[in-house]
Amino acid sequence: MSSTELTDLGIAAIRDGVRDGSFSAREVAQGFIDRVASAKALNAFLVETPDHALKAADAADAARVSGDLKSMSGVPIGMKDLFCTEGVTTTAASHILGNFVPTYESTVSANLWAAGAGMLGKLNLDQFAMGSSNETSAFGNVISPWRRKDGSNAPLAPGGSSGGSASAIAARLCPAATGTDTGGSIRQPAAFVGISGIKPTYGRCSRWGTVAFASSLDQAGPMARDVRDCAIMLGAMAGFDAKDSTSLELPVPDWDAGLSSNLKGKRIGIPKEYRVDGMPAEIDALWEQGIAFLKDAGAVVVEVSLPHTKYALPAYYIIAPAEASSNLARYDGVRYGLRDLPEGAGLQDMYAATRAAGFGPEVKRRIMIGTYVLSAGFYDAYYTQAQKVRTLISQDFDKAWESCDILLAPTAPSAAFALGEKQADPLAMYLNDVFTVPASLAGLPAMSVPGGLDGQGLPLGLQIIGKALDEQGVLNAGLAIEERAGFTARAAQWW
Amino acid sequence: MSVDTATVKKIASLARIAMSDADAEAMVPELNNILGWIEQLGEVDTSQVQPMTAVIPNTLRLRDDVVTDGNVRDKVLANAPRAEHGFFAVPKVIE
Amino acid sequence: MSEYRIQGATGEWEVVIGLEVHAQITSKAKLFSGAATDFGAEPNSQVSLVDAAMPGMLPVLNGECVRQAVRTGMAIEAQINAWSRFDRKNYFYADLPQGYQISQLYHPIVGEGRLMISLDEKDADAETKEIGIERIHIEQDAGKLMHDQHPTQSYVDLNRSGVALMEIVSKPDMRSPAEAGAYVKKLRSILRYVGSCDGNMEEGSMRADVNVSVRKPGDAFGTRTETKNVNSVRYVMQTIEIEANRQVDVLEAGGTIVQETRLFDPDKNETRSMRSKEDAHDYRYFPDPDLLPLVLDDQFLADCRASLPELPDAKRRRYEGDLGLTAYAAAVLTAEAETARWFEALMEACGDQAMAKAASNWLISDLFGALNRLGMDIEDSPVSPAQGAELLKLVADGTLSGSLAKQVFEIMLETGDDPAKIVEEKGLKQTSDTGAIESVIAGILDANAEKVAQYKDGKEALFGFFVGQTMKAMQGKANPQVVNELLKKALA
Ligand SMILES: [Mg+2]
Ligand SMILES: [Zn+2]
Repeated sequence: MSSTELTDLGIAAIRDGVRDGSFSAREVAQGFIDRVASAKALNAFLVETPDHALKAADAADAARVSGDLKSMSGVPIGMKDLFCTEGVTTTAASHILGNFVPTYESTVSANLWAAGAGMLGKLNLDQFAMGSSNETSAFGNVISPWRRKDGSNAPLAPGGSSGGSASAIAARLCPAATGTDTGGSIRQPAAFVGISGIKPTYGRCSRWGTVAFASSLDQAGPMARDVRDCAIMLGAMAGFDAKDSTSLELPVPDWDAGLSSNLKGKRIGIPKEYRVDGMPAEIDALWEQGIAFLKDAGAVVVEVSLPHTKYALPAYYIIAPAEASSNLARYDGVRYGLRDLPEGAGLQDMYAATRAAGFGPEVKRRIMIGTYVLSAGFYDAYYTQAQKVRTLISQDFDKAWESCDILLAPTAPSAAFALGEKQADPLAMYLNDVFTVPASLAGLPAMSVPGGLDGQGLPLGLQIIGKALDEQGVLNAGLAIEERAGFTARAAQWW
Repeated sequence: MSVDTATVKKIASLARIAMSDADAEAMVPELNNILGWIEQLGEVDTSQVQPMTAVIPNTLRLRDDVVTDGNVRDKVLANAPRAEHGFFAVPKVIE
Repeated sequence: MSEYRIQGATGEWEVVIGLEVHAQITSKAKLFSGAATDFGAEPNSQVSLVDAAMPGMLPVLNGECVRQAVRTGMAIEAQINAWSRFDRKNYFYADLPQGYQISQLYHPIVGEGRLMISLDEKDADAETKEIGIERIHIEQDAGKLMHDQHPTQSYVDLNRSGVALMEIVSKPDMRSPAEAGAYVKKLRSILRYVGSCDGNMEEGSMRADVNVSVRKPGDAFGTRTETKNVNSVRYVMQTIEIEANRQVDVLEAGGTIVQETRLFDPDKNETRSMRSKEDAHDYRYFPDPDLLPLVLDDQFLADCRASLPELPDAKRRRYEGDLGLTAYAAAVLTAEAETARWFEALMEACGDQAMAKAASNWLISDLFGALNRLGMDIEDSPVSPAQGAELLKLVADGTLSGSLAKQVFEIMLETGDDPAKIVEEKGLKQTSDTGAIESVIAGILDANAEKVAQYKDGKEALFGFFVGQTMKAMQGKANPQVVNELLKKALA
C-alpha cells in the first residue's frame, strides 16, 4: 500500500491491517509523520512528536509478533494541546504557560498510550479552549482544509475550540485526535470539517491532567473520521479515575462491539425549540434529511419540547466564565509558566503584569465576565440564577426522555465561516454554540456526524444527543446516519 | 446592570490583569453587550428551583488517609521561573 | 461571670468577643492530596502536584478529615449536616497556589453547637458559661512565605499548602479576655480528647482569629475588628485587652472603628492594621466545580459517634461521683486528655477503685511535682502508670511509709527501675517488727532518762522527740504507727 493510501485509513482499518500484517505500524506512523511535516500551512500542530509515534508503532509491530495487540495498537493520533503530556511542551495555546513542560501525563493520554496509540504531536486550539473558530490561539489561526466553491479561497475556520484536531483529521494528517468539549468544542469543529466526534457523558473521561477551562462542563472525547473509530477511541480514553472526584465509577462498555445501525423500536425526538429564527434553509433541509435517515433505519420520530433552550447560552456564558475565572487564577507567574516582572514590581504587580501579558483578549474577556458575575452583590443574580436555569434545562431533557430515546438536531447554525468574519463581535461568535451548549449543561453524551454539504460545498453536521450514559444509543444513531448519508467528500489538497 | 470604566478597572484589578485606561474603556461596550444579553436569564421564574450541584447526580467519594504523594520537589520546582534553595522565589512581600 | 469593664473617660465599656479558631485536623495525608503533613520537613518536600496547583490537577477528599470534623462537631453537641459542600474562596497570594482556598461557606459540615467554660476549672463553685458555636467547616491551609532569607525575594514553601483545617467559629458570646482564654483552653482540651487536633499552638496546629468590638453596656454591637492568627492562649487574651482599649480610645476621641483585619505584634504589644491585604476583599465564593456534594450516610455518622471517647465534663463528673475525688482533683485530672489517660492507666494497674484517692493525690502532688521540676510532659514521664501503681500498692500494704515511698519514687525517676526492685536492693522496706522496734525504743529511753522524767511530769510535747529519735535510729524504716503504739506503752 502506498503511504497516501495508508494515511487515508482510519483507526479500525489501521488496527486491522497491522493485525493482519497487511502493513506495519511503522509504515503507518511514518506516512502520517510525513503528512504532518508537509502541512505547516494549516497550522494545526503546535509541536510535532514523531519519535513518540514511531516508538508506539514499533511497540505495536512487536506486539503483533507476540500476539498481544491492544485496541489502538499502531494508531498514531493527534493530541489536543490541552492535555498535559509528560516531557512534551503543553501550552493550552496560551503564552501564559510559557515553556511549560509537564512532569506528568494526563489520564486520558495515558489511557490512550496504554491502549497502544502513539502521538504525532500536540494540536492547536482556541486559547484555553475558549472560542469557536480557533482564532484565539496565541500561536495563530488554524486553517480549515476546506474551501468554498465560489473560488474566493477565503481561509475558513475549522471551528473551535478543537480546531487543530478537526483540521488535522480532515486533512488526513492523523486518523483521529483527542478533543475536549465544554460547550460544543468537539461537535462544532467536527461539523465544520466533515468528521465525527463525540462528547461522552460528563464523568466518563477523567479530567485529571487536562488544563481546565470550566470544570463542570469540560469533557474529553474522540474526533475521528467515522462513528466506529469514535467508538473504539472513546473506549480507550474513558474509564474511572480515582484522581478525579467527578469521574464516574462505572465500567466502560464495549461500544465498538455494541455498534448497530438498526434503530427499530427507537424513538427519535425532534426538539421544536431548536428551529431558531433565521436558521439557514440548508440547515433546515439537512435536519429533515437526518430525520428521514433515522426513519429509514427503523426509528419512530416524535416532536418534543425543551422549553428552556433559549436560556442555555446565556446560562452557559455565566457558568463557564465564572469557573474559568477561578480555574485560571493559578497562572500567576510563581510556580510555572510566564513571569512578567516589571522593574521594581511587587508581588501583586507581578501577577497583574504576567496575566496581562500572558492571556489573550478572549481569555481576558471571559475572566472579566466570570470575575464580575461572582463578585459581591451579583453572585445570586447571575451565578445562582444560571445554575437554577441549568437545573431547568436538565429537567427539560428528563421530560423529553419520557417520550423519546435520542434527540436529533443540527450541530451548528451554519457551515464554517471565514476566519475574521465573526471576530469583531464576541456575541455573534458565542451564538455559534446555540445547539451544542444545552447538552453540555446537562452533561449528556452528544455527537456530531457529517450529514451532507451546503451550497458552497462545505460540510454540515447532524447532532445526536442521548440520555446520560447512553453513548451506545448515540453512536448507533450516528452510525445509521453515516451509512445513509454516504459522506465521502473531502477537501482538495491545496496546502 | 451595566459597567463603566471604573467598574471594569476594579474587576481587572480583582482578576489581577493589568489594564490601561484605554483598554478598560474599550472593554466597557463589549462587556455591557454581553452582560445585557445574559441578563435575559432574569426572566425565568426559578423561585421553586434548586441550583444544580452535580451535573450527573453523584456525591463525593472519600479517599483513605494514606500518604501516596509528595517527595517530588524536583518535579514541583521543574518549571519554576525562579527557584532557590528548594523554594519558589517571588519579589519580596511586605506583610 | 465576673463583669469585665473598661473604664473610659465617658464611662464603662463592655467588650464583645468572638473567636474563629483554625485547628489542624490530625491526618497523615493532606485534605485533597496524598502528600504528608508532618511538621518540620524540608521545604517543598511534602508537596504533590495537586498542592502546587499544576495545570489539570484535581482535589480528592480525605475521608479521615471528614470523620474527624464530624466527631469534633459531635463532641460540642453540634448539628451535623449530612449534606455539605465545598466552595472556593478566591484571592491572589503567593502562599495560595490555586488562587483560591477550598473551604465551606454556604453549606458547612457542622452547624450550631456549644461549649461550657468555667473561669476557674479547678474550682467546683466557679461560675460556668455556655459559649455558642456557630459552625465548623473544613478548609485547606495555605503555604508559607519566608521574608528573611534574601534581600529582595520572599521564599515560598508549600509544605503546609493543602493541610486540612477545621475552622471553629464561635458566636460573639465572650465578654472578657479571661472568658476567651478559658474558651480556647476548653476547646483545645476537647480537640485533644477527640483526637481531631493535637492542639499544638507553637507548631501552628491551632491559631485564632480574634474578633473584638466594644459597646456601652446595653447598646447594640459595635463595629468589630479581626486580629488574625493569634497563636497562644496568652496572646489571645492580650490581643483582646489591647484591641478593646484601642477601640475605646478611638471612640472616646470621637473617631469610628473601621471593620478591618489586624495583626498582633507581641514584641510591641500592639495590634495594627493589615491594610495590604484589605484591597482584595471580594472573595467571590462559589461552589467548587471540581468537587461534588459531600453526603454522609447514617452508618458513617453512627460510626463517628460510637468512636467518641468520654469527654472532659462527663469524666469529671464521674471522677467526683464514682471515684469520690474532690472537685479540684477531678478538674486537674480531666483538664488534659493525656492526664486523664495516664490516671486511668494508673487506676487500671492498681486494680482497685478504693485506691482512687491515693492515686489521684500521688499523681497531682508527687508525679506532677517531679515532672514540673524536670520540665517534662506527662506523656514523657520516666515512671510508667504500672510502676506508679506498684508504688502505691507498696504503700497500701504497709511495705512503704509515706516518706519511704517518696525516697523510692526519687530513685525511680532517676533509674527507671521498678519500686519493688528498689525496695529490695536498697533495703528500704518499712519494718513493723515489734521486737526490733522495742529494743531501739528501750535504748533511746535509757539514753534520755532526763527527758523521760520531764515527759512523765507532764511535758507531753516531748513525745514527738522520742518518735523522731526512734525513726532516726531505724533509718526511717519503722512503721510510724507501730512506733507510736510501742512508745506510748513504754512511757506509760
Ligand atoms: Mg477568619
Ligand atoms: Zn478559615
